[in-house]
Amino acid sequence: MDFGDSPEEAEFRLRLRRWLVVNDPGLPASSTDDEYWAGMAAWHRSLYDAGFFGLSWPTQIGGHGLSSVFEVIVDEELAAAGAPPRPSLGYLVQGILEHGSEEIKRRFLPGIVNGRDRWCQGFSEPDAGSDLASLRTRADRDGEDYVITGQKIWTSYSDEAEWCLLLARTDPDAAKHRGISAFAVPMRQPGIEQRPLRMINGVTKEFGEVHFDDARVPAANMIGAPGEGWALAMTVVSHEREPGELGYVARYAKTVNQLRRRVRDDPGAYGADQVSELGWAMVEVEMLRLHVRRRLSDRLGGISHGPEGSVDKLLMTWVEQAVGHAALSIGGIGHGGGDETWLNGYLYSRAQSVMGGTSQIQRNLVARRILGLPDS
Amino acid sequence: MDVRLSEEQRALRDAAAQVVDRLGPKAVAQIGEPERGARLHAAVTGSGWRELRVGAEGGGPLASGVEAAIVAEELGRGAADVSFLGPTLAAELRRLAGAPPSSSVETVALDTRLSSLVGGVGGDWPAAVAIDTQGSALALVLTPVGGGSRLAGVALRAAPSGLDLTRPSEVLDPCPPATMVEGADRALTGDDLTRWTALGLSLSCADLVGTMRGAVELACAYAAQRRQYGAAIGSFQAVQHMLADAFVATEGSRSVTLHAAWAVDALPAGEALAAAAVAKAYCGRAARTVCETGIQVHGGIGNTWECLAHVYLRRALLSADLLGDARASLAHVLAHRGIGGTDGLR
Repeated sequence: MDFGDSPEEAEFRLRLRRWLVVNDPGLPASSTDDEYWAGMAAWHRSLYDAGFFGLSWPTQIGGHGLSSVFEVIVDEELAAAGAPPRPSLGYLVQGILEHGSEEIKRRFLPGIVNGRDRWCQGFSEPDAGSDLASLRTRADRDGEDYVITGQKIWTSYSDEAEWCLLLARTDPDAAKHRGISAFAVPMRQPGIEQRPLRMINGVTKEFGEVHFDDARVPAANMIGAPGEGWALAMTVVSHEREPGELGYVARYAKTVNQLRRRVRDDPGAYGADQVSELGWAMVEVEMLRLHVRRRLSDRLGGISHGPEGSVDKLLMTWVEQAVGHAALSIGGIGHGGGDETWLNGYLYSRAQSVMGGTSQIQRNLVARRILGLPDS
Repeated sequence: MDVRLSEEQRALRDAAAQVVDRLGPKAVAQIGEPERGARLHAAVTGSGWRELRVGAEGGGPLASGVEAAIVAEELGRGAADVSFLGPTLAAELRRLAGAPPSSSVETVALDTRLSSLVGGVGGDWPAAVAIDTQGSALALVLTPVGGGSRLAGVALRAAPSGLDLTRPSEVLDPCPPATMVEGADRALTGDDLTRWTALGLSLSCADLVGTMRGAVELACAYAAQRRQYGAAIGSFQAVQHMLADAFVATEGSRSVTLHAAWAVDALPAGEALAAAAVAKAYCGRAARTVCETGIQVHGGIGNTWECLAHVYLRRALLSADLLGDARASLAHVLAHRGIGGTDGLR
């Protein structure tokens, strides 16, 4: 067991550190305003073009074929530099890699990885949140196409996306989990209308709802076999729960560092309870950094799509919300027209226990699939 | 970077697990049973696990902090009533002081808050607590000689006490006279003691991780079997969610603990202690909640002496305080990053 860098890893770390000195785009502190989300696409391409994105993915799709632990080096260096986190789309890549045909992988994955194509994920519906398999959006065969009707909601980046990884019901007579298929749907077409949602912290760029009214998708854009959509969805959400796939450690570490500097520069202004909250946030973030090292090391022997993602999602949620509480406590809530950055960061942290499956769903999965407790 | 256990480390873990499963206590009434206890003690002695930190050629330990942590975790999981942590820390002290390994089991004595190795001079010794005393006749302490801290030993009287039913302590009040350890020619430096503290914190974290695992396993087994309202209580979401949280907190604890155990030998002393402080802050806070969950899931049974759930809680409370509790560790984490002047750890 070795937490240290190999010579190759150390060389990579140093190269990235040097690159970041001149290439940090200087986006806002955390994901609390629209400018941040608008800047992420350019940041993605910049990271990719410099050879610092998609490190552990296959070279055929634009990755670097390196071992999984290079991803955590990226997170750590982005955090140390105060740069934005890497784009969070590993779960899409893993889902398509696992379930797509060679043709599908060749057509779609390079554009996702290099950041030229923006994607969103059309899973949740107004009546299918935690109970995702009850989704009702339909895809009906019509010649060489499928025709899509229905509504998706809480869709991240739906305003920017050129493509949607869509789950739709292709066989209304099949059992709930079996009649679902997955598609790569072009977003820029007359049958699709996208409306932004305003999150509780005021952000409008991240979150949307998407209406499908006789939208069309070629049958050749189906990912996996007809009825394989549920299996693909499970692969995607299991990775959507993994901090190692999402790269959020960098975001948390950056916020904690900013709070630390505030306290260090004016220690008399903060009480023992505030300092203590900062300390716990530091410990939580460090835990997550080390936990990601452990999880990505486990992948050196081959990737699995198991229930461990639910463990990691709960850990990550505790971290983000501890950081949110420290931000609220130390940054303050902007009374009298003050800075609302910290308040907005705190408000955004409340989404972490919902997105990618609520904490309650994750606990169900841990209890049943890891602890082996009986079904109710 | 590869944070997986090596093949040898996995074999060590399996061997320790086997000993604990075969010879550890399965019920509260079995704790301290002379015959089984003697077999467990003999198995641990025969394995050489207490000598992992004995000096090898070149002065380094026979095995790293990771190997010692692997054993500590398994002993904690089984609430093993056998000494390991104290003798391991004693062996580390002997190695650092250049003394030959002890031919008999010995442990260490701490101040009464269990926060650091006790030290004194002449007739002026504070009260002390020898930890993890089973099988030990001597506890190592520090005494200043010629401008440095030298290793000395105090005799134990085999008067076990303390909250942990599986690892007795002995209160030394007043502390008996200390005699110099033969061959302990090197004075212990500040760096030595920093690294020693990092080892002690890491091993107490590993014991906490094991204790949490044991408490969760015990509670899951009970929840699958105990029936109310015509169903196993483990099928109720309220119970499932408590146990899931306990398991997740244990996994986070393991990640910080593995790093701290690795850091003991791989990083400079100050960095090793910083890693240990992160681990102790996290594990110390998690362990009490996890072990309390173990009691809650057992309901009324969990509040009786005969249920093992409180044995895990008691063990966790002791390990949580050893060489610095969560609060002291948190103060160290902050001080290490430039906040607050008072360092919680040595």
